[in-house]
Amino acid sequence: MVVSRHVSKRSLAGAPGGGDLSVNVFRSPKERVVEYALGLCALISVLTTLGIAAVLVFESLNFFAEVSIVDFLTETRWTPQFTEKHFGIWPLLSGTLLITVIAAIVALPIGLMSAIFIAEYAPSRIRKVLKPGLELLAGIPTVVYGYFALTFVTPLLQTFIPGLNIYNALSAGIVVGVMIIPMVSSLSEDAIRAVPRSLAEGAYALGATRIEVVLRVMVPGAISGIVASFILALSRAVGETMIVTLAAGAMPNLTANPMESVQTMTAFIVNVSLGDTPQGTVEFYSLFAVGLVLFLMTLSMNFLANLIIRKYRERY
Amino acid sequence: METNELNVSMTNGQAVLQEAKVLVENLDFWYGTNHVLKDVSLDIRANKVTAFIGPSGCGKSTLLRCLNRMNELIPGTRLEGRVLIDGRDIYRNADPVMVRRRIGMVFQKPNPFPKTISENVIWGARVNGYKGKENDLVEKCLRKAALWDEVKDRLNAQAYSLSGGQQQRLCIARTLAVAPDVVLMDEPASALDPIATAKLEETILQLKERYTIIIVTHNMQQAGRISDRTAFFYMGELVETDATDQLFTRPAQKRTEDYITGRFG
Repeated sequence: MVVSRHVSKRSLAGAPGGGDLSVNVFRSPKERVVEYALGLCALISVLTTLGIAAVLVFESLNFFAEVSIVDFLTETRWTPQFTEKHFGIWPLLSGTLLITVIAAIVALPIGLMSAIFIAEYAPSRIRKVLKPGLELLAGIPTVVYGYFALTFVTPLLQTFIPGLNIYNALSAGIVVGVMIIPMVSSLSEDAIRAVPRSLAEGAYALGATRIEVVLRVMVPGAISGIVASFILALSRAVGETMIVTLAAGAMPNLTANPMESVQTMTAFIVNVSLGDTPQGTVEFYSLFAVGLVLFLMTLSMNFLANLIIRKYRERY
Repeated sequence: METNELNVSMTNGQAVLQEAKVLVENLDFWYGTNHVLKDVSLDIRANKVTAFIGPSGCGKSTLLRCLNRMNELIPGTRLEGRVLIDGRDIYRNADPVMVRRRIGMVFQKPNPFPKTISENVIWGARVNGYKGKENDLVEKCLRKAALWDEVKDRLNAQAYSLSGGQQQRLCIARTLAVAPDVVLMDEPASALDPIATAKLEETILQLKERYTIIIVTHNMQQAGRISDRTAFFYMGELVETDATDQLFTRPAQKRTEDYITGRFG
C-alpha cells in the first residue's frame, strides 16, 4: 500500500492524468528487497537439504573406505558392535520394510476409506467433528505413540497371540500405520474434493448410485493425488523413528515374520547415537551409511510421488 | 381441473397431443430458509420442447433439478408438493436412482468424464446394467445427438479433445444411452459460441420426436426458436405458461410482457 501511494504521488506530480511511464515501480528498491528476502528464505531450506546430503555422502565415504560396498549390499548380518563385525544392510532394510508394509496394510485402506467418507458421505455436522479429530491424530508426539505401542498394543496383541515377543514388528507397524492415517486421509480427501462437482453430478444424473459415483468417477479422478498420498505417508513410515525404537526392539534381524523383534535403520541410528560409540570408528561411520540409504529411500519415494502426480493426473 | 383430464387422456395409450408427461403439482422448495419455488403447478407434454425462462434466481433451474431429484444432492433442501411422471409420483415410494434413469439431464457446462468418447457414451448404460452390444449403442446415441459424423473415426480419442459444442452433444448422447424418456437441459448452450449453439438447437429439434425435452434458457430468442411451450418464472413463481408463439406475441400477464420486451431482467 505504502509503495503504491508513494509512487502514484510522484507520478501524478510529474504528469497529471497520465503518469510518467518511465517511473520504475516494478523494479523499485523496495520491491527488490522483498524479492531477495523471500528468495533467501526459500534458499535456506534448499541449502540445508544439500548440506545434509553432502555430510551423509562424505562421512559415508569414510565408512566405505573400511567396508566394501559389496559386503554392505550382500551380507546378511549387521553386527557392528560385536567383536566379529558384519556390515550387511539387509537386516536393517528388512526391518524397515517390514514395519512399512504393516503400516501400509493398516493406513492405506483406513485412510482412503475415511477420505471417501469425509469427502462424499459424511453430513457436514459429522465432517466438522471427524476432520479435526483425524488431524489431531497427526499432532500426537511420536514418543507417545511409541509407549502406547509398547504398553498397550503389545499386551493387547499378546492376549491373541500367546508367546509374542515384547518387542515385535507387528505392534510397532500397526501403530506407525495409525500415525500415518491422517496423512493418507487428509491428502486423499483433498484430491477427491478437487474432482469437479460437475463430474459427480453428471454421473448422478445418469442414474449412478453413490458408490458408483465414488468408485467410477471420484476415485479415478483423484487417483494421482491418492497414490501420491500413499507414497508420502509410506515415506513417513520409512523414516519413523521413535515408535520403532521403543516398540520394535534392537535386534537386527533378517526376517519377514512380524511376530519377531526387528531393528529398523532409524532405530539403529538412535541406538548408536545414544551409545558410547567413539567417533572415528567404523561403527560411528556406519551411522552415516545407514542414514544415506534412508535418505535415498525417502528421496526416491518423494520423487516417485511427484512423478505419479504429474503423469496420471486426469485433466478436466 | 385440466390436469386431471390430461392424466385420464394418457390411459388410451396413444401419443395424444395434449398428454401430460410430467406433472408438477403445488410444488414448494426451500434451500435452508430460502423459499425458492412457490406453489408451482405445471404440466409438460410429451414429445414437445418446453422452455423455462425468467431472470436469474427466479427458480427455473431449481425446478428443473426437482424434476429428476438432483436437488436432493444439496444438503439442507426441502420440498413439498408432487411431481409425477406418467402419473407416477417420483418422490413418494420412488428411488432417486430409478427416477434419474428415466429423466436424463444435460448441464450448463459440458461435463464429459475424463475418458474416451465411446466410454463416455457407454458409461451410464453400463452403470445401469446394459447388456447389449456396446458399439451399436455408442453409434446409435452419437447419431441421435448429431455427433456421429464428426467423431466416428476417433471414438477412442479423449472426450476433452472435442470442442465445447461437441462435448455438449456428447453429454446428450451419454444421456440418451440410458434410454430416458424425458431429457432436462439446464442452459445447455450458455457456454457455446453461436455456431455450436445453432448445431445444438438443431439436435434438440430432432430429439423431440422421441423425447420430451425441458430446457432452461436465458436466451429468449432461443426459447422462441426451439420450444413449443414456454413457462415464465419470476421470483419463484410460475407467472404464465402457454404455447411459445402465444406467450411471446400475446402474453396474458403484464410481468411476462415486461420481461420479454426487455423492460427488466
